[in-house]
Amino acid sequence: MLSMLFKNTTQKVLNRQLLTQVQSQVNNLFQSQPIFRETLQLQFQVDIFVHGGKDSISKQVEEVQKYPGIRSIITSASDDLSNPYGDHVSQTLKKVVESHSYDKVIASTSAFGKDVTPRLGGLLDVQPITDVIQVINNGQQFLRPIYAGNALSTVSSSDKIKILTIRATNFEKIAAGSANTYPVKEVAAQNDNVQGKWLENNVSESEMVELGSAKYVVSGGRGMKNGENFKILYELANVLGKQHCAVGASRAAVDAGFVPNDMQIGQTGKVVAPDLYIAVGISGAIQHLAGMKDSKVIVAINKDPEAAIFKVANYGLVDDLFKVIPELSQKIKALQ
Amino acid sequence: MKALVGVKRVLDYAIKVRVNPQKTGVDLQGLKMSMNPFDEIAIEEAIKMREAGVIQQVVALSIGDKNAAETIRQALALGADSGIHVQTDLRIDQDLQPLAVAKVFAKMIKEKQFDLCVLGKQSIDDDFNQTGQILGSILGIPSATFSSKIEIDVANKKATVTREVDFGLQKIEVQLPAVFTCDLRLNTPRFANVQSIIKAKKKPIEVFNLADLGIDFAPRLKVEKVEMPQERQGGVIVGSVDELISKLKNEAKVI
Repeated sequence: MLSMLFKNTTQKVLNRQLLTQVQSQVNNLFQSQPIFRETLQLQFQVDIFVHGGKDSISKQVEEVQKYPGIRSIITSASDDLSNPYGDHVSQTLKKVVESHSYDKVIASTSAFGKDVTPRLGGLLDVQPITDVIQVINNGQQFLRPIYAGNALSTVSSSDKIKILTIRATNFEKIAAGSANTYPVKEVAAQNDNVQGKWLENNVSESEMVELGSAKYVVSGGRGMKNGENFKILYELANVLGKQHCAVGASRAAVDAGFVPNDMQIGQTGKVVAPDLYIAVGISGAIQHLAGMKDSKVIVAINKDPEAAIFKVANYGLVDDLFKVIPELSQKIKALQ
Repeated sequence: MKALVGVKRVLDYAIKVRVNPQKTGVDLQGLKMSMNPFDEIAIEEAIKMREAGVIQQVVALSIGDKNAAETIRQALALGADSGIHVQTDLRIDQDLQPLAVAKVFAKMIKEKQFDLCVLGKQSIDDDFNQTGQILGSILGIPSATFSSKIEIDVANKKATVTREVDFGLQKIEVQLPAVFTCDLRLNTPRFANVQSIIKAKKKPIEVFNLADLGIDFAPRLKVEKVEMPQERQGGVIVGSVDELISKLKNEAKVI
C-alpha cells in the first residue's frame, strides 16, 4: 500500500518529529500527528526526524513506528540533543535537509517548533511559513491566520524549500496502529559553534491532559478573583474526566498572578480547539478569542450580560460563577 | 556594551480588523497605529539593563514608511538614546517579511557592533514569530526566544535566560553577542511622561533607505488573498444549570 503511494509522487517531505523531552514525549508526538493525514492525502513521501539523548532515542523510534504512512525514520542522538538548545537541532536539521534534498520541512506550532524552524530558515535562506491552518492547491498554497486570527492570509512561496509549522488543532489526527518496520537511518548531530546550552527545565505539575490535546477545556478569567478559587474549575474538570479535560486561563488571570502562564489561552498563549470549551469569568477580549474560537462548542458563564464572550458562545449563562460551577459539577456527576 | 532594540509600528491591538474590498490586505487607512506590545517590553528590558549598568547605550530601530519615525520617537521618549529608521513603502504587515527584516538587523549589528539585540517575540499583525530566531542564525550568534527573565553576566559575556515553553519554564545560557526575544511576562513597560516626550524630540534618528542597504528584501511569500474568517454566531442564553446540561447533553451532544 505504501509503495503505491510513493510511486505517484516525486515530492519529498520531511516531517520533523519533535520528541525532545522524555517526560512530554507522547504529548509532542500526539501534537504532530495531524499532518500525517494531510501529507498522505497530498501523496508526499514522509520521513520523520527524531532526535534525543542516546538513552531515549530507541523508545522514541518505537513510538513513531506505530504510525502509518511513513517512508523512513531519520535519527540523531547525542547528549546535546536530549535537552537541546535550539541551534543544536537547527544545525543538525540543516545537514539532514541538505543531504536528502527535501523540499518541505514541517513541525507543529509548539514552543519548540516556533523556536527551531525559523533558525533553520535563517541557515537555509528560506522564509518560513508559521502556523499554517490549511494546505491548499496540492501543497502550493498555505492558509494562515494573521492579526490574532481576525483575518486569514493565503500565501505561496518562491523558496525552493518550504519550511512550515502547522497548527495541529486544524488538522485531523491519524491514529496509532500496530508497529511497522520502517527503515531507520542515523545522522550525526551537528553542534560545532553552538554558543548556547540548556540548563534546566521547570515543569508545571499537572495531573491533567495537556491543554492542546484536551477534549474538554475549562478556563477561568479575572472573574475567578484569585488562584485559590480555581479549585472549583479543577473539580469540574475532574467530573468531566481528567484523562481528557484540562484547565486553562485568560491572560487577565495569568497577569493577576492567579495561575502560571503556561495555562494561558490566547494569541500570546496556547491555541486550543476542544469539543467543549467552558469560559468562566472571562470577558472575551480579542486576545483570548484568538486562542479558543475554533472550539466546537463554547459555553460562557459570566455575570455580566454584556460580556463579549456571549457573542461567540453557543450557550451562555448569566449568573454568579461561584454558584453555577459547583452546581454544574454536582449535576454532571449525578448524570454519570 | 550597547543594545539594538526592534520596534514595529502595527495596527493598535484594540482596533477591530477589517479586510480591504480588494481582499489584498487588512485595511490600515486612517486607523490608530501603535508600537507592537511585545516591542514595548523589549524597549523596557533594554532600558532596565542600562539602568542596572549592564549596558551603556540603547538604540531603537524601526523599518517602515515615514510614519514609523513616530514609533521611534516613542521609544526615545521611553528612554532609548538614539534611533535608526530604515525607510520603505513596502507593507510591513505582509510584504516586508521576517527573513528580510532579520537581514537589516544583521547588517546594523555587524556594522555598528551591537553586543545584544532585544526584540519582541512576535508582532501582532503578521503573527510570524520568526525574526529573532532567523537573525541569530544569519549572524551565527545565539538567540534566546520567549524570554521571561534575562540575567546578563557582564564579566563573562554571557546571559542566563528563563524561557516560556509549553510545559512550563526552561533555563538556558547563551554567549554574547546574542539576540533575545521577549515574552509578555518579562516586565511591565513604563509610560513616557511629558518631559521625556519633549526630550525625545532632540535625540538623533539616523535614516536609511531600505533599497540602499544592499540586502535582498524581495518578499519570498506572495500574499494571494486576505479574507475575513467566518464569524462565529452567538447562540442562546440559558436560564439555569439544568437547562445548560440538557442542551450540552441532548442538543450539542458533547457530554
